[in-house]
Amino acid sequence: MITWLQHFALAILTTCSDVLPIAAIIIGFQLLVIRKPLSNPKKTLIGFVYVLLGIAFFLEGLEMALFPLGKLMAAQLTSPEFLGVSPHSKHIPWQAYYWVYLFAGCIGFATTLAEPSLLAVALKAQQISGDTINAWGLRIAVSIGVAFGIALGAFRIVTGTDLYFYIVTGYVFVLIQTLFAPKTIIGLAYDSGGVTTSTVTVPLVTALGLGLASTVPGRNPLIDGFGLIAFASLFPIIAVLGYAQIAHWLSNRANSNT
Amino acid sequence: MITNPFVKQLLASFLDLLPILAVIVFFQIFVVQQPIPDLANLILGTVFVVVGLTLFVRGLELSLFPVGEAMAYAFARKGSLFWLLLFAFCLGFGTTIAEPALIAIAKEASRIASQAGIIAATEPAKENYALGLRISVALSVGFAILLGVLRIIRGWPLYYLIIGGYCGVIIITPFAPPEIIGIAYDSGGVTTSTITVPLVTALGVGLASAIKGRNPLIDGFGLIAFASLTPMVFVMAYGLLR
Repeated sequence: MITWLQHFALAILTTCSDVLPIAAIIIGFQLLVIRKPLSNPKKTLIGFVYVLLGIAFFLEGLEMALFPLGKLMAAQLTSPEFLGVSPHSKHIPWQAYYWVYLFAGCIGFATTLAEPSLLAVALKAQQISGDTINAWGLRIAVSIGVAFGIALGAFRIVTGTDLYFYIVTGYVFVLIQTLFAPKTIIGLAYDSGGVTTSTVTVPLVTALGLGLASTVPGRNPLIDGFGLIAFASLFPIIAVLGYAQIAHWLSNRANSNT
Repeated sequence: MITNPFVKQLLASFLDLLPILAVIVFFQIFVVQQPIPDLANLILGTVFVVVGLTLFVRGLELSLFPVGEAMAYAFARKGSLFWLLLFAFCLGFGTTIAEPALIAIAKEASRIASQAGIIAATEPAKENYALGLRISVALSVGFAILLGVLRIIRGWPLYYLIIGGYCGVIIITPFAPPEIIGIAYDSGGVTTSTITVPLVTALGVGLASAIKGRNPLIDGFGLIAFASLTPMVFVMAYGLLR
């Protein structure tokens, strides 16, 4: 218990140095440039204490639960017994890992659909587009985009192909889509890439990738382990642009028919 | 209806985690069908994550968000370009350094790098590496927000910046050491979560509504997008220079 308390006190101290810059910036600008005292210093101080405790608890919980859980799932889904292959075989075909892709896709779909900031973005998109884009439809589209993205990312780790190749192809795709998408939606679509990767999803997905890269034979966590998040933030852009284009096209067609 | 903001947030944090837990439990029961080792620690850790997230978000709502948002609007209206740009840079830098997901990922990356022998397997070496990663990302986000603000003021089209960012990524990747590429590409998505997005969006929307002829709905967005491109370039540069 004592060692644990010491450990926790240390964690809080480290967190202090993480939060200090933003606290200094906000308070410094308030006092030196805006030159007004903080409107509610007590509330602000309590808030900062909450933030400190929150980050410390969160990081501790990550180490105890989300990181091990991601690695455990990766290890279990890739173990030779689970795949039903001989433990000594060096070349397992990529198709054998289908549960891994399915798991990765499910995680991507479920977390994205439940993401609160995506809901906010979807409602704004509906507003901007004058109801040609439906908020629910957009959320489903983005969720499918992320699910596909993470599953493809898992496939990349299993096969060990270059991350560079996938991401650059994705960019080229986004650029082409941008040329044809309705102008009002572009900023929002680009922003949605960052929105889907929440504080909880990122550590779990990272752990899954690192776990996969260390259990699949012939893969190196350093080279192959990262990159899943990159997929998870590229595919929502493609999904939103695609959805906007289809919605736009459908409403145009409906208008020309009447 | 639940009125206590704390309980409400606790519930919201749990709902954040619920889809992940649901998928994992489903796979454990129906697909893997093996006992989970160390279940007590996993449950305790999950409770910690929920409590930590709750305190964190509640604390932000009490302290940083009201002050930061009011300030973002104030700077957007004040009109001094120098202070506005400096504020934009500092805001991007400060919020990114405190981003919990980035702290966790940088630590994990340093662990992997030391296992592979890229850096020495000592605590100070790992801490240095993790801090270096976080500072590169924070600098890049600060730079991105600064440029994004300049874009809103000057009225440049968003895709100039985005295409510029893409080109940066494509040009620097062949030169970057292979072990940094994955982390660099991931850091783009990591930066834009809990703290950064609300404050930066407030700045963008405040700015776009303060300037004549800008539509906050169209011009206010796009700051985040650019801020998830520059980290890739900066982290790869860090890998090159280190």
